[in-house]
Amino acid sequence: MIIDILAALFIAAGSFFMLVASLGVFRMPDLLTRMHATTKSGVLGAGLIMCGVMLFFVDSGVTLKALAVMAFTTLTSPIAAHAIGRAGYFIGVPLWDKTVKDELHGRYDEETHVLRSPGQMRDKKDQP
Amino acid sequence: MNVLLSNLVLALIWAALTDTMNAGGLVIGFLIGYLVLVLVFRQHPDVRQYRLRVPRMFSFVVFFTKELIMANLKVAYDVLTPIHLMKPGVIAMPLRAESDLEITMLANAISLTPGSLSLDVSSYRKVLYVHIMYLDNEEDVMNELKRMETKILRVMR
Repeated sequence: MIIDILAALFIAAGSFFMLVASLGVFRMPDLLTRMHATTKSGVLGAGLIMCGVMLFFVDSGVTLKALAVMAFTTLTSPIAAHAIGRAGYFIGVPLWDKTVKDELHGRYDEETHVLRSPGQMRDKKDQP
Repeated sequence: MNVLLSNLVLALIWAALTDTMNAGGLVIGFLIGYLVLVLVFRQHPDVRQYRLRVPRMFSFVVFFTKELIMANLKVAYDVLTPIHLMKPGVIAMPLRAESDLEITMLANAISLTPGSLSLDVSSYRKVLYVHIMYLDNEEDVMNELKRMETKILRVMR
């Protein structure tokens, strides 16, 4: 009985964060902030729902699958966000006009695919 | 990391033998396996290192879950209220992590914690470019990221 209520709470909280993630895609002003909204809320939402599922079905197969779902969403979702955010940035998707700082601007060489660090000079790109 | 693997195998065996192949059974199996390994192989150098690593891993998971929830509440607030409080910006974070695995773990952890999203590593791995959602005080943000890096390196090394 208590376990059922606990499972329901977990699943409700997870669904709430999933809802926030999808609303975030709609509400946020630019690509990078949208990635913020989806990665974190997506992982937490899926994790909470899987916790609820584990509590509800006290079963070996379900538990192992739920753990695998949690592990893989935690591992892959930031990588997807990195890939999308990076590609979007270098293609030239504009940032939100209230962005206060951009240290990455102009550090990427499209010809050689070298991404310089702040202290590195343009002509010294062949050395570490 | 072979000790970790043995410990996981012990946890699985425990869960299978006691017929409790669920989260609770696996956790209990892992704890008992940990105790057995630490007590039986006291002299083994790998196990000695492992003995410290498990509590650190555990405290990192707790810390990380807390950060993940805080991050989500903050973002949820900004998504649900009409005015955006954000001050986004991209900063360059100097890296102490060296190997591929360390940098990957760090970048992943950064992407999952409060208002930060790792964009890219510079060639030659000097800095990590991070997109920050609330760049009110750059120094505070940087210190926060460095604390995260220290914690990860302590688990990994």
